[in-house]
Amino acid sequence: MDVKSDKLEFPGQIHQTQDGGILLTTLDDAINWARSNSMWPLVFGTSCCAIEMMSAADAKYDWSRFGFEVARATPRQADLIIVAGTIVMKMAPVLRRLYDQMADPKYVIAMGACTISGGPFFYNTYSVVKGVDHVIPVDVYIPGCPPRPEALLHAMITLQEKVRLEPYFRKSDKTDE
Amino acid sequence: MNKEELKNVLSGYSSNIQFDETTEPLSAIVPAAEFFGLMQFLRKDAQSNFDFLNFMTCVDWKDHFMLVYFLHSTTYRHDVMIKVKLENRDEAEIETVCNIWRTAEFHEREVFDLFGVKFTHHPDLRRIFLDDAWEGHPLRKDYTDENMIEL
Amino acid sequence: MSLLGEDILTEEGEFIINMGPQHPSTHGVLHLKLWLNGEEIKRVQPHLGYIHRSIEKMSESLSYRNFIFATSRMDYLSAHMNNEACALTVEKGLGIEIPERAQVIRILMSELTRLASHQLWWGSTGLDLGAVTPFFYAFREREAIMGIMEETCGARLTQNYNVPGGVMADIHPNFQKHTKEVMQQIKSKLDEYDDLLSGNVIFEARTKGVGVLSKEDAISYGVTGPTARGSGVSCDVRKWAPYSGYEKVQFNEILEEGGDSYARYMVRMREMKESISIIEQLIDNIPDGDFQAKTKNVIKLPKGEFFQRVETARGELGVYIVSDGAASPYRVKYRSPNFSNLFALPIMAKGGKIGDLVAIMSTLDLVIPDIDR
Repeated sequence: MDVKSDKLEFPGQIHQTQDGGILLTTLDDAINWARSNSMWPLVFGTSCCAIEMMSAADAKYDWSRFGFEVARATPRQADLIIVAGTIVMKMAPVLRRLYDQMADPKYVIAMGACTISGGPFFYNTYSVVKGVDHVIPVDVYIPGCPPRPEALLHAMITLQEKVRLEPYFRKSDKTDE
Repeated sequence: MNKEELKNVLSGYSSNIQFDETTEPLSAIVPAAEFFGLMQFLRKDAQSNFDFLNFMTCVDWKDHFMLVYFLHSTTYRHDVMIKVKLENRDEAEIETVCNIWRTAEFHEREVFDLFGVKFTHHPDLRRIFLDDAWEGHPLRKDYTDENMIEL
Repeated sequence: MSLLGEDILTEEGEFIINMGPQHPSTHGVLHLKLWLNGEEIKRVQPHLGYIHRSIEKMSESLSYRNFIFATSRMDYLSAHMNNEACALTVEKGLGIEIPERAQVIRILMSELTRLASHQLWWGSTGLDLGAVTPFFYAFREREAIMGIMEETCGARLTQNYNVPGGVMADIHPNFQKHTKEVMQQIKSKLDEYDDLLSGNVIFEARTKGVGVLSKEDAISYGVTGPTARGSGVSCDVRKWAPYSGYEKVQFNEILEEGGDSYARYMVRMREMKESISIIEQLIDNIPDGDFQAKTKNVIKLPKGEFFQRVETARGELGVYIVSDGAASPYRVKYRSPNFSNLFALPIMAKGGKIGDLVAIMSTLDLVIPDIDR
């Protein structure tokens, strides 16, 4: 379904948007608002970034202000997986399995330099996966080694903004991997 | 006990041991044939009482392996490094000491995984860090892997 | 016959379940295979390697100044002490003496790190056994300590403050005042912790008599640190092989005779008090002088082998460097405390229930990347 990319003939002209109209866009906004303010992360941390993730959960930085409070231990009840820590070749199938067990819609935050590109373990290592996006699709990347808890909160807010723009009821071009 | 007394105790057991005074603590190179007897002696000897195996590792010197056993005594607080030279790199074998110190079982598994040294009479010799299907022994100096990006 | 054995088939009535690698209570990616008969554990088999980052191979191609950073990521809760071990080994190889000011700064930072690590241990022990409040209380104290670290070292967790020769930069002018305030805060809270968890009936029932480790087993399995001190083995490296100025500081080595989880718990609680007392002895007496001894830009160790041990929050870390005269180490071996401590788990957990296994793992205080290196 292609969007009619029209030139404005006069100021104030209303664009033709994707199908849905005003009813579905409002419903979309409401549902996305609810979804983004209540994302449940999975308890998954392999190494040092997990400690900064725990610090983001504690009373000083407190991610539960944004709705991320309920951290589930099982992937079947989680919406979000924050990959905190290096992924090595032995762990990659486990991560893929956890991601596949999560129900749609699901999101991934890659926390720390190790998950972006292998980080400090890029050169001369034989067992590190050089970037977690070789294994699962990633929505938000956070640089740092380890990133501060505020950086993780910034990434969560960015993810919330991304979720708010998603077309939930309308048809979308989003390809699922 | 200081280095002199330890040297006397070790030479009293066997005369084929070479000593290296430059390292701290004293290191003693033992021929592979007398290795197991020496380990049992050091564990049971009342004067030295080496009841703690601190660690065990292997160094790859390109034409031979050198196994290093770092022993410590909790009663006398002295250390010694026992080294064994293994000439045959492809078929390196040595007796296990896991009946003497229980922690050796896992250090030997690590050396088997990363270097390929086999330990005879080991109860469970398998890879510990890498996948069972991994080929090669990574910490050897001649290990090549297309996944390794050189700096 | 090994206790772990190969992949043995089960006997009548037994079944195997996997605990981990992704599990909230395993403190990292540890995969435990449990042979169970009902709820009773017959055998525990740890599987490692899920965070094996080939640090030892990587260090063979880094310079002597560079390879220290990787040890921060090994046992990340005692990052400063790991870095200190590497720096001390290189200094031993070069044969240089570091100035007194640098020694005292290193001790202060080590004890702050030890305190922060024990705080996190206490919080996660409560969390594992079902008490959620200790987690938040412990992190409140830990954030205060990390604020001090951030002011001086620049980073909260992976500080990289030690260099061969001393410390990287001088302490912040605000360091002494800030530390004294934080010590006051923590001292008043430690009794609150005792009230909250140590005297609790449920906590005592879950930890007393659980996971007994005898003294002979502890020595034979190479266990060190508070885990061994809970079984009566006197092994504090700061006492019997003092390094970096510890011989001038007064503190007690805490030993308990029980060998069960409660004994290990009490050892760590009392060690926190000792750490505070060390910091208070030194905080007003930091000597003046240089914070770093002069070293060449490119460090080359002479041919030979060097070994140094330090006491981290979890046990004895040893760094063994084999050098052949080049600018990178020929072989680096890290004697990690958690590797030896882990393999005492199967004998401690045999015959108990899964809930006991969780209590044992929390008082063993393992950090898995240190096992896998």
